[in-house]
Amino acid sequence: MYGWIGKVLRVNLSTGKISTEALDPGLAKDYLGARGLGTKIMTDEVDPKVDPLSPENKLIFAPGPLTGSYAPSAGRYTVVTKGALTGAIASANSGGVWGPELKFAGYDILIFEGAAPKPVYLWIKDQTVELRDASHLWGKNVPETSDAIRAETDDDAKIACIGQAGENKVLFACIMNDLHRAAGRSGTGAVMGSKNLKAVAVVGTGAVTCADPKSFELAVMKARDKIQKHPVGGTGLRLYGTDVLTNILNQIGAYPTKNFQDGQFAGADKLGGETLAATLLQRPKGCFSCIISCGRVTKVTNKQYAGEGEGPEYETSWGFGGDCFIDNLDAVTKANYLCNEHGLDTITMAATVACAMELYEKGLITREDTGGIALEWGNAEAMVEVTRLTCVGEGFGKKLALGSYRLADSYGHPELSMTVKKQEIPAYDARGIQGIGLNYATANCGAAHVRGYTISPEVLGTPMKVDKDTIDGKPALVILFQNLTAALDATGACLFTTFGIGADEFAEMLSAITGVAYTAEGFLRCGDRIFNLERQWNLAAGLTTKDDSLPPRLLHEPIKTGPSKGMVSRLPEMLPVYYELRGWDENGVPTSVKLGELGLAA
Amino acid sequence: MAKMLMINADKCTGCHNCELACSMAHEGVFRPDATRVHVYTWEREGFSVPMMCQHCRDAPCITVCTPHALTRDPDSGWVDLDEAKCIGCKMCVQACPFGNAIWDELTHKVLKCDYCGGDPACAKFCPNHAIEWVDDLVATRTRKRAFSQKFKDAFSE
Repeated sequence: MYGWIGKVLRVNLSTGKISTEALDPGLAKDYLGARGLGTKIMTDEVDPKVDPLSPENKLIFAPGPLTGSYAPSAGRYTVVTKGALTGAIASANSGGVWGPELKFAGYDILIFEGAAPKPVYLWIKDQTVELRDASHLWGKNVPETSDAIRAETDDDAKIACIGQAGENKVLFACIMNDLHRAAGRSGTGAVMGSKNLKAVAVVGTGAVTCADPKSFELAVMKARDKIQKHPVGGTGLRLYGTDVLTNILNQIGAYPTKNFQDGQFAGADKLGGETLAATLLQRPKGCFSCIISCGRVTKVTNKQYAGEGEGPEYETSWGFGGDCFIDNLDAVTKANYLCNEHGLDTITMAATVACAMELYEKGLITREDTGGIALEWGNAEAMVEVTRLTCVGEGFGKKLALGSYRLADSYGHPELSMTVKKQEIPAYDARGIQGIGLNYATANCGAAHVRGYTISPEVLGTPMKVDKDTIDGKPALVILFQNLTAALDATGACLFTTFGIGADEFAEMLSAITGVAYTAEGFLRCGDRIFNLERQWNLAAGLTTKDDSLPPRLLHEPIKTGPSKGMVSRLPEMLPVYYELRGWDENGVPTSVKLGELGLAA
Repeated sequence: MAKMLMINADKCTGCHNCELACSMAHEGVFRPDATRVHVYTWEREGFSVPMMCQHCRDAPCITVCTPHALTRDPDSGWVDLDEAKCIGCKMCVQACPFGNAIWDELTHKVLKCDYCGGDPACAKFCPNHAIEWVDDLVATRTRKRAFSQKFKDAFSE
């Protein structure tokens, strides 16, 4: 096979059995790789009703067919599993250099099943694959774990691992690779921890092949040119990182503030990418094959919050910042470092702190609950401290470790949790941007901006400007973006490539590297297929149309100030149209006609 | 005018596009282990440096190459590797002070930058101008200018 390696690596952690299988070319063609193939294997092999933290759940790591090539910014892999936080299908992708290394070692997919009786890590050196004892690594965080494993394997080993948060099965623990990159959302790290799997270390010396190198080079150069000429993909993200969005979102009044009590924050500029670039930024960094380099290598010298690492990204700076009414970038960055080192999803962590602050404001929790910490809006020191407590599993941190939904619910106020499918909503207010709210409600992994980033047309005006406040045409727009995203996720590409290229360019690159002829339409159908397969599995897991909703605040409490003042999300009007256009019935169940169209009929 | 590959490590983001372009140009596959350019990354500091054969004026690899597979082209001044003459003794690998002559276990051959015959793929694919194919006289001019700018700024205050 070209593009794909053609091999699946399977590790049964209960028995210690390690085996390989050939990759089915038919499946590869229909599901591409990464999120696609991962979902196909997950839904074929795992009962949707399993407890996410039981040995019956599986944990799948998968790069895509473009991963390892010089297709622009295509060095990603996806982790597919049943989400510990959500109980829905999770598919969190991550950049860095780990994903390509797995392919160079000779594998398209790595499947973990069962659970190890004691802590282990997997060491892959091309065809040599072994499970090693990790007892001495248990309790260590991401940087120490990475150093220790390299010392006993290979200096150049690429490491994906969990920190203490994953070991403690914090429900939103993530899997970190290459120190600073995260398969962040839905609790992938908790699943890894439940399997007693500390890390996967890889060295690969093999090749990724290409069916038609000449056409591939042409297609890649064309795609690169389009991304590089785009004001966001080529300039904005490189200069200011994703945090460039702070001022943009704040200006339109869709920057959620104080746990979504409002849509604008006076201190936003102090948190934005421009400020970051002028203060903490050391240099930009790129993932494997990246031409954008949105990564931020940063350093905080302020003694109280001193540290070094990467980030914050926009969502993190918003979460620990405006959502907690905090304008201290040093503190925000410190909280970000703590999450990276201990392996926690920053969006859920930050939004859970914001939720706790509202519980505290309303007197629903007191200093007694927090262990004496004054969780007041804007208290940066308290925010960093409760984040640290969650990282190490102490005190009030044990409560926060459940995520905002279970936290608020335990005090009788689930409505104060800003979540969909128990997963925290990121940094774009669904009241001030109608399309993104519909995407939050329907994304299969729970609330996520990266499943259908309609912020591009609704806010940034790319590839075309769409009125953010209208609901007209939004269901079709969301579906298009969700399908395109599912397909490009499945190639191993970064979502930011869509600042410049779309289905046409992906079809061209995929055809050249794999030798399988893809059209733009066929490529989008792959995305539609993946999305519907995820949906079916979620329905079988027990999710219903009730889970395709938004917190009552976004539906009933208008934004109080700023340009989006008075707005609420009009999700109830959009959802039925969305279902119909998706080819689903009024209960959100894919019709047999739709499934037949996608080759998913039973 | 002779040309050289200028490395601007401060601009390198660690994306490895140069390695991919190099292995595709020489081996027809994407294989970072089979490249003539290597990017070394300090993970903690987030700093990366691309490295390749410097085509040294006084080249230790030529001195130790018994079968004369490594020679200097009198016109270009480059250090050329004739694979047909190479006996795989790896003396050049041991002699290179930069580690830029590499032995590939898979193909059993020495890998060394040949400037792609005058159109280096690494420079073409580097999205950050961290590797530039420039006239050797011009190569340092930009750097000199940038440095002298600091003096200018200081003294023109």
